[in-house]
Amino acid sequence: MYWVQKDTMKIQLIILYCFSLFLWTNAHATTLRMAFDADPISLDPHEQLSEGTLQFSHLVFDPLLRWTKDGQFEARLATHWERIDDQTMRFYLRENVTFRTGHPFSADDVIYTIQRLKKSPDFRAMFDTVETVTKVNDFAIDVHTVHPNPLLLNIMAYVFPLDRLFYAGKDQIIKYGDSFASHNVSGTGPFILESRELGSKMVLNRNPNYWDAASKGNVDHIIMTPIRADSTRLAALLSDDVDFISPVSPIDIKRAKLSDDIQLVTIPSTSILLLHMNQQRREEFRDVRVREAINLAINQTLIVEKILKNYATPAGQLSHPRFLGHQEALIPKYDLDKAKQLMKQAGYEKGFRVSMMAPNNRYINDEIVAQAIAAMLAKINITVDLKTLPKAQYFKEFSLKSADIMTLGWQSDTMDSNNIFEFVIACIDEKTGMGAYNASQYCQPEIDQRIKQANREMIPEKRQRLLQEIETILYREAAIVPLYWQSIIWAAKNDVHVGDIINDQNNPYLGDLFIETR
Amino acid sequence: MLIFLLRRLIQACVVMAIISLISFAIQDKLGDPVQQMVGMSVSVEERNALREELGLNDSLLTQYGRFLQNALQGDLGTSYYYKEPVLDVIFDKVPATLELAFCAILLVVLIATPLGVLAAINPKHWVSRILMVITSIGLSIPIFIVAILMMYLFSIEWNLAPSFGRGQTTEVFGLWHSGLFNQDGLSHLLLPSLSLAIALMPIFTRLIRAEMMEVLQSEYIRFAWSKGLSSNRIYFIHALKNTMLPIITIGGIQAGTLVAYTILTETIFQWPGMGFLFMDAVSRVDTPLISAYLIVVGGMFVVTNTIVDLIYGLVNPTVRLASHGL
Repeated sequence: MYWVQKDTMKIQLIILYCFSLFLWTNAHATTLRMAFDADPISLDPHEQLSEGTLQFSHLVFDPLLRWTKDGQFEARLATHWERIDDQTMRFYLRENVTFRTGHPFSADDVIYTIQRLKKSPDFRAMFDTVETVTKVNDFAIDVHTVHPNPLLLNIMAYVFPLDRLFYAGKDQIIKYGDSFASHNVSGTGPFILESRELGSKMVLNRNPNYWDAASKGNVDHIIMTPIRADSTRLAALLSDDVDFISPVSPIDIKRAKLSDDIQLVTIPSTSILLLHMNQQRREEFRDVRVREAINLAINQTLIVEKILKNYATPAGQLSHPRFLGHQEALIPKYDLDKAKQLMKQAGYEKGFRVSMMAPNNRYINDEIVAQAIAAMLAKINITVDLKTLPKAQYFKEFSLKSADIMTLGWQSDTMDSNNIFEFVIACIDEKTGMGAYNASQYCQPEIDQRIKQANREMIPEKRQRLLQEIETILYREAAIVPLYWQSIIWAAKNDVHVGDIINDQNNPYLGDLFIETR
Repeated sequence: MLIFLLRRLIQACVVMAIISLISFAIQDKLGDPVQQMVGMSVSVEERNALREELGLNDSLLTQYGRFLQNALQGDLGTSYYYKEPVLDVIFDKVPATLELAFCAILLVVLIATPLGVLAAINPKHWVSRILMVITSIGLSIPIFIVAILMMYLFSIEWNLAPSFGRGQTTEVFGLWHSGLFNQDGLSHLLLPSLSLAIALMPIFTRLIRAEMMEVLQSEYIRFAWSKGLSSNRIYFIHALKNTMLPIITIGGIQAGTLVAYTILTETIFQWPGMGFLFMDAVSRVDTPLISAYLIVVGGMFVVTNTIVDLIYGLVNPTVRLASHGL
């Protein structure tokens, strides 16, 4: 009898021991389960310039420098930088950093990466400005630009150094086929990719040798699931299947707020929504009075309040308050009587009929916003034939400029006004790619000349004046209809401190994410 | 039998060829695949070069010719997004969908059959009447409402089942990742298969009831009663067997509906199967994948209908296959 008891006790002890071991490891491994609406299309950070790719780059790679929440630059793999002359900037690199493979990080990797960026179809337009990169020593490089470039740092925030020894020789960038870089990855980032099932799951583990020991991030594992349907994504958070989601649809916000253990975090992004009025297709739009009437008839504030539930900022110009070209004075105006008067003066009292196109799954509530705009224009007797399309079809129509009024959202890659101007309102020039998204087919030499000047102007005050002048001209000419800056909305469990790591470019710095122990 | 199968094979080929032609014809309307591959700021020149490389600038007929040529060698193209041969991508997702459909059908059979039989035996009982009301309501509620409601109740409010995904899978015979053999996988299966089953159940319950009531009036059943057979034997052996014939036919036709419903269910529950894959491919304008999916599903239709016809012959030996259908 005695020995039986002793044995059971032994077993019990073993079980207890195993259990405590299990508890111990569990208590110390913090897992973040997150669901976003998109996943990176490839592991190659240079294959596509998209939000998904950049979010992934911040996980597995480190940039030379990155934006902080308040719009400053923060040193990452570059420790500091200085301007040598108008066309040269020196970057000093961090020492004692290693890649996932164990290869040490040095200047050669940065030079290699910039050269590869210059070959990438998606990135090369941005990096055309870099003429050469020279090595000063193992931990310093000089970047020479083709002409003085005031935005060099903004561009260098896109340099996520790759492991040269890992990639070299098999580094072709292939957009639609198999390549080494699209399936294999080696970076210095806070996380290491463990597995990836395209379109359904990605698992990352914390990099044990991560250089940034000061980071308060404590996430050991990330399980990322792309969930495309808004309602499913929110349901996953509410049912405790994930901890962190983005984006949240405005109609779901009320429901999300009902839960006590969920927090909603929102930041106004710099991405602007606007309407193009095509002046080539419509003679009426060539009359500034008609364009102004349209601007006056559309009530941005009402749209933001009623449709977007205040998760956006009404815009009277293209430059976000953070951008250099922003002017406080240019606010959206709404004046229906004046709009009617202007239409009368222009000889269109009885109005006219126009076609309008908008996407229905690209921007927050885009379809409803388009319908509201059509209703607002009806008040000045402009009858709108509205057609909304899924984004895949919409952007094809957009490039064909198939409707008189078209919706566009634009996020400046360089976080600068001039990027918007170049793509959205500059005169169309197929050779240089200027005005590629100018579906107004509006051309104002005064603006083009200032865009070119601002690209080389190194004195911030002068540059600011140039950019602000462009906004003034646009406002005066009522050339386009700025609508609003969208907000980005995240939702997370209360113990996940997402508020500290998000920013207006929607690149959450998950390496620094802190989760309270559960 | 052999001639029948051969005919069906030819039929399948014709069906798939027609589907491929249609899917090619609509390709232009789906959007621009190049647009999906590049960032917003990529120049027109760059885009055109990519389009040229992909052969998208050729006429539709040239593209279709090229596609047929490759298809004859078993190559239906490479997915733009997955960067793998489309058939590999699709067959990778087949197990998830088949398991989902299988569980849904199992639920339908296990629930709808006894309910239908009971309603037929006691048509005037209040339970039967309520059942009939419920089924007519069920027929008119779209599946996505059922699915969203179930997700809301079972995963958000009561926290009984996970809201999305497939959960843990175990490998079976090295070629099938199955969610049927562990608790996590099964719990993930619960909501999607239940919503699929709910979509199909009403029609089957009503059908079985109607057929059964008719059969119960027939001569041979009355004879069985007078012979003194037990009621269980009469209902479940003699009557049910003859009830099944039309049910199987409808079942074969419903297989198509099942495919359509899996697209919805999988999208709502983020179930990594073929339907979800297809919706994803549409939103990414992954044209090779879209065409291949349609062709594969077309093939599956022909196969299920062939199987249904074979079963038909087994259940009722008077049916001759060769004279039945094409």
